[in-house]
Amino acid sequence: MSELEQFKKTYFEECSDLLSSAETKLISLGEGAAGPDDLNAIFRAVHSIKGGAGAFGFEALVRFAHGFETALDALRNGDLELDRRSHDLVLRGFDMLSDLVRNSRDGTPPDQARAAAIATELDRWRGAAAAPSADPSTALIAAGTAPAGTLRRIVIRFRPTPDLLRKANEPLLLVRELKSLGRLEVIVDRSHLPSLDALDVEAAYLAWTFILETTADDSAVRDVFEFVTDDAQIEFESEIIADAPADPAERRAAGAGSLVPSAANASPTTTPSAAPVERRQGDRRSGERASSIRVDIDRIDRLVNMVGEIVITQAMLSQQVGQLHLDNYTGLAQGLEQMAQHTRELQESVMSIRAQPVKSVFARMPRLVRELATSLGKDVRLEMVGEATEVDKTVIEQLSDPLVHMVRNAIDHGIEMPDARIAKGKPPEGTIILSAEHRSGRIVIEVADDGAGINRERVRQKCIERGLISADQVLDNDEIDNLIFAPGLSTADQVSNISGRGVGMDVVKRNIQELGGRVHIRSTPGQGSCFTLSLPLTLAVLDGMVLRVGADRYVLPLTNIIESLRPQPAAVTSLVNRGDVLMIRGEYVELIYVHGLFSIPDAVTDATRGLVVLVEAEGGEKVGLVVDEILGQQQVVIKSLETNYRQIDGISAATILGDGRVALILDVSGIRQSAQGRRAAIEPNLRLAS
Amino acid sequence: MTRRVLAVDDSKTMRDMVAFTLKQAGYEVVEAVDGSNALTMLAGGPVDCIITDLNMPVMDGIQLIRQVRADPKHRATPILMLTTESDDTKKSAGREAGATGWLVKPFNPEKLVQTVRKVCP
Amino acid sequence: MTAQLDSTPQLPAAPAGGAIGVPDVVHGASEGDATSQYITFTIGTEEYGVDVMAVREIKAWTESTALPNSPEYVRGVVNLRGHIIPIFDLRCRFGQGLTEPTPTHVIIITTINDRVVGILADTVSDILSIRREDIRPVPMMDRDVDREFLSGLVSVQDRMVALLTLERLFDTKAIPAT
Repeated sequence: MSELEQFKKTYFEECSDLLSSAETKLISLGEGAAGPDDLNAIFRAVHSIKGGAGAFGFEALVRFAHGFETALDALRNGDLELDRRSHDLVLRGFDMLSDLVRNSRDGTPPDQARAAAIATELDRWRGAAAAPSADPSTALIAAGTAPAGTLRRIVIRFRPTPDLLRKANEPLLLVRELKSLGRLEVIVDRSHLPSLDALDVEAAYLAWTFILETTADDSAVRDVFEFVTDDAQIEFESEIIADAPADPAERRAAGAGSLVPSAANASPTTTPSAAPVERRQGDRRSGERASSIRVDIDRIDRLVNMVGEIVITQAMLSQQVGQLHLDNYTGLAQGLEQMAQHTRELQESVMSIRAQPVKSVFARMPRLVRELATSLGKDVRLEMVGEATEVDKTVIEQLSDPLVHMVRNAIDHGIEMPDARIAKGKPPEGTIILSAEHRSGRIVIEVADDGAGINRERVRQKCIERGLISADQVLDNDEIDNLIFAPGLSTADQVSNISGRGVGMDVVKRNIQELGGRVHIRSTPGQGSCFTLSLPLTLAVLDGMVLRVGADRYVLPLTNIIESLRPQPAAVTSLVNRGDVLMIRGEYVELIYVHGLFSIPDAVTDATRGLVVLVEAEGGEKVGLVVDEILGQQQVVIKSLETNYRQIDGISAATILGDGRVALILDVSGIRQSAQGRRAAIEPNLRLAS
Repeated sequence: MTRRVLAVDDSKTMRDMVAFTLKQAGYEVVEAVDGSNALTMLAGGPVDCIITDLNMPVMDGIQLIRQVRADPKHRATPILMLTTESDDTKKSAGREAGATGWLVKPFNPEKLVQTVRKVCP
Repeated sequence: MTAQLDSTPQLPAAPAGGAIGVPDVVHGASEGDATSQYITFTIGTEEYGVDVMAVREIKAWTESTALPNSPEYVRGVVNLRGHIIPIFDLRCRFGQGLTEPTPTHVIIITTINDRVVGILADTVSDILSIRREDIRPVPMMDRDVDREFLSGLVSVQDRMVALLTLERLFDTKAIPAT
């Protein structure tokens, strides 16, 4: 990646951090739980974003950030107050800023109209735009318009004040700069120089007259004094000379050209010394700052990967050792056992570094709900529970989109219009409860609404129309409800500014499944619905059982496994529409032959000669996977198949086993779907379950 | 003799750009994330020029300028402020505190080099 | 091992008007000469070349893990220092049957569109510097399917090398989902 691309990448990462932390602070501001350091941080966020944007030339972003920053500056200085309306305005401002950053990053055109509208509102909030203050130094530099190229004589009388030296401006440098512009004559005025014993080293006694002959234009010459105009008396005369220079003294006497008097010292303004001190105290008060450090995410990722490799190596060692006869080496076995434990702990610790509370994902929701509800004319309240629930960053990144879609779905199709709700005896304000918790080694997120529930008839009809089910197919309520995830059923979602795309629930479900997750909906007509989304705690590591089918090895996530058994012949029967089933504890469980599904040669085809692993698919359905044997159990590092290849049905990812060879990780739900798909191809009337 | 510049800004993007640009122009660059960090860096060794943003957490640019000027070792070290056009109050405060010059953000790399050369050739 | 191409009288004259028979390539390739380097390898009796910039490394053949329900020419995946790399059987891709790999076979690890993939080949032959002007278009052949994957032909001494367009060969998006 070129340097510039690397900078841009850093910049956008920084923007992302700044925006999300600013949002969090803004929300706490709205709840009245913020301090002065929050206002400063919010201001600085926009300030930094603007700075970088300018460096890369993102015009629209700079423009908007500038106005926004000005308003936030006034806010943090106490010139403006934050009431409900202005808080909303600032939130929308951040929305806009966020979108503009995204536009800059993706190269998509910004919504100028919206930006201008919000900018105007911000200006209005700020009051009349302040008149640009007169900066004397600019006045000096702006004056003088004689064109470059012609030879001119410029006479500069320069008397610095002590301030000039105090600010480390070096007259010698000025002389050198002037010299570089042409032919320079320097006359020093020592008249104010006292005797040596009265000399104050910090005072300025000398003055100079510079006579410069140059073809550069006036402004280039004035620029030399850019930084010192406030701290010196400067007289500037410029005249064009056509011929060879005459006696400089004569010319000086003639005194032609514009005479710009020295600029007065800028009046000292009250330095905001109170603010920085306050901020520091505020910072000390908020304990977070003291106890955390900022680490490059790349470093953490590398650390996680390395620990993952240690897990693999340790598994390799265990395997090698397992093949030795260790009667005389009990110490070795014990040592390895301990190492396995330490490795496990190390991994948990490292993973927890990357674990983040879902709060960062949830944080977008209040605004989303507000905007969506307003645009649809509905009244919706959002409650969030369990925001502190932690999940690995790899999962967090994938959570946002599905969550947004589920929430939008709830507001779009779930919550009714206020009058419709009143007619039903419900309060006009609908409620959505967004919750997160850890449940049996996974993270479970629910989006529950008290809306109308799923219109089963409508869904059923649509599916029949689209040919997804047949008219006489019998489905129970739960199955009908989950038809909303069926492919091709997506109702045309409008593209919104927030999620940026309109996709159907089928894509959402597929994406979740690709992560090893599950999504399911429960609904009670008239009362409401509840989406349940479950994801593994990390996408990096899983506990798995290693199986053999033919000569191939596969890994099955432990969380899916209920039990494994070698069935008695009497327990296995063949049903007409469902293939082989296993009778176990009074229920029939469908058997899926992995070798058949994956076309694996030389495998055990008789379930009673091999092994049946009873697993649970998403939604709770049980299936029995027929395999050759179980090789063992171990923790594996999840490696993506999609990075260099593509997704395969029935496979969720790959891993590297102790001997260095690759093994594929099975995706139970995918396997079940594939198996059904195959049967459906043969048996078109097969029930469609999720 | 290579000139050493201390770049102070809480934005990594800014620091990266300033460092990259100045290094190409032949300067040596050290970085700090805020005023306090900058003072720590200065304690480690003198620099020939300081470029600092004004808005930073922990210790802002103005404070930094004051502290630097209060140190006899750095009384004559040129200090450039990174300001925004609308930031006149801050700019005056910075000047008062002893800043040598300034650069208005957004700036392009040439302007940066030009300005640094002006006060620290 | 780098072989420089001389321009021999049999090849068409360089359009820029350079004298035929004058080996100006010997003076070294620079960007302006439009010369690229290719790694060439054999599949059976045919020789193919890929842009050296796309090649990351060359490995001896190791057993791969089969991928279910994948096209025939996808042999499987291997572990390359912790990364999962798919291996494509080029012979099979060209419809000439499956390769029976032995330890003397090679896997050429290449980058194609941000993906790292391995190409199973018989042996690696050479690294050649080839001038763009010496690359000839692929003539109409029986196996039209091959034309899609070839960016051109070049004559090297007395052999013909077919230059591959890797992107089209292994466009994983085009692999039908099964």
